[in-house]
Amino acid sequence: MCLAIPGQIVEFSAEQPLLAKVDVAGVKRSINIGLLADEPLDIGDWVLIHVGFAMSKVGAQEARDQLTMIAALGEEQQAMDEVRGYTFSP
Amino acid sequence: MNMGRMKYVDEFRDPELIAKVAREIERTVDPQYDYRIMEVCGGHTHSIYRHGLRDVLPKNIRLVHGPGCPVCVLPMGRVDDGLSVAERPGTVLTAFGDMMRVPGTKGTPLEYKARGCDVRMVYSPLDALRIAQNEPDKHVCFFAIGFETTAPSTALTILRAKALGVRNFSVFCNHVTILPAIRAILDSPDMRIDGFIGPGHVSTITGCRPYEFIAQHYRKPVVISGFEPLDLLQGILMVLRQLRAGEAKVENQYRRIVPWNGNAAAMRALADVFELRPYFEWRGLGFISQSALKIKSAFAEYDSEARFELPGVRVTDPKAAQCGEVLKGVLTPPQCKLFGNACTPEHPIGALMVSSEGACAAYFKYAPHQQAVEA
Repeated sequence: MCLAIPGQIVEFSAEQPLLAKVDVAGVKRSINIGLLADEPLDIGDWVLIHVGFAMSKVGAQEARDQLTMIAALGEEQQAMDEVRGYTFSP
Repeated sequence: MNMGRMKYVDEFRDPELIAKVAREIERTVDPQYDYRIMEVCGGHTHSIYRHGLRDVLPKNIRLVHGPGCPVCVLPMGRVDDGLSVAERPGTVLTAFGDMMRVPGTKGTPLEYKARGCDVRMVYSPLDALRIAQNEPDKHVCFFAIGFETTAPSTALTILRAKALGVRNFSVFCNHVTILPAIRAILDSPDMRIDGFIGPGHVSTITGCRPYEFIAQHYRKPVVISGFEPLDLLQGILMVLRQLRAGEAKVENQYRRIVPWNGNAAAMRALADVFELRPYFEWRGLGFISQSALKIKSAFAEYDSEARFELPGVRVTDPKAAQCGEVLKGVLTPPQCKLFGNACTPEHPIGALMVSSEGACAAYFKYAPHQQAVEA
């Protein structure tokens, strides 16, 4: 339920400032970055994603640790299904 | 300690470090005292069972599973209320995957779908909003569950719906907040908890400060921890060290992810869209005041409860199921009469058997050898 999936920002949307494209283990999807309104965000930054929203910005090492943790919990398939399943922005 | 029984330990980084922390735990405990440490979050419960962590802990440390599994604490009456929306013609009920197998009185959301109701699983509340935009002749209701981790996303989705002028979308809000539940547990006369492993991802939003009342007023240690075995063992060790030193403070073991001050933008989104309900029913814990979020009247058109007349009936849990006792830590999962026979992950009777974060489902899946010990 409280999955927090690490993704790297690869693109911002010019038309939709609340969206950013992220790369999660090779899968690219748009997510909402409205909850990080207080944080400066750049291409290459890592964020933790929960139900389609970036909920925190983390370092590259922390993002890798988070991936290890998801694997340790046996939730990598669930995490990838979730990311692939976001349909709100094609 | 028996490292040989610890499952999956090879999967981890640095098993030696785990063994070292486990030894340190053994050195720190008072062998004459029975410790009861509550892990608040369902994700922690899952990890504890999956990795057989109880086998690495001294026998006099009991981990009590807390109320931090959103579908587990949702009373059946709320499930029924949500499903009543699905029965309305022209309505689409959307929900996260976790909700789809949670039984209401007349079946699960999946069973309603099989009967012809339009029930769809979504991965994000924004997906539900997208369905509403794509299918303007239908009303799309999002069955919202979750703690502070998830509630800000629902808040931003409602703000987005309003900004876009989408009129055929509403949220059946079941968001709850974790602190009043912890307070209720601390105030409960039949529950003795010595310290808490605080939730990881909830705290990325709330930060660590809100837990301070537990340390200050109740004099109990709180250590916010990550989800890996090493995180949890370190968290437990930090709680034990505080207890040994006679201290009670809030510490953050999960510093790599949880900022002390949380996410202010997310907390603002919550405050903009939601207000506290005077009270809300939690399965197993009963009514807890100011423990759940309600959509503010300024957003009433996006509130399924304001928009539809929901039955609002209270339903008692199936008589034989002892979910409440398990949720409060009074019983362990295999001590429930239905555990493993009438109630299994395939055919769950209680919600604790549905979610992978539920104590019963985690126990059933990962701890068959422990059943023999405790049953």
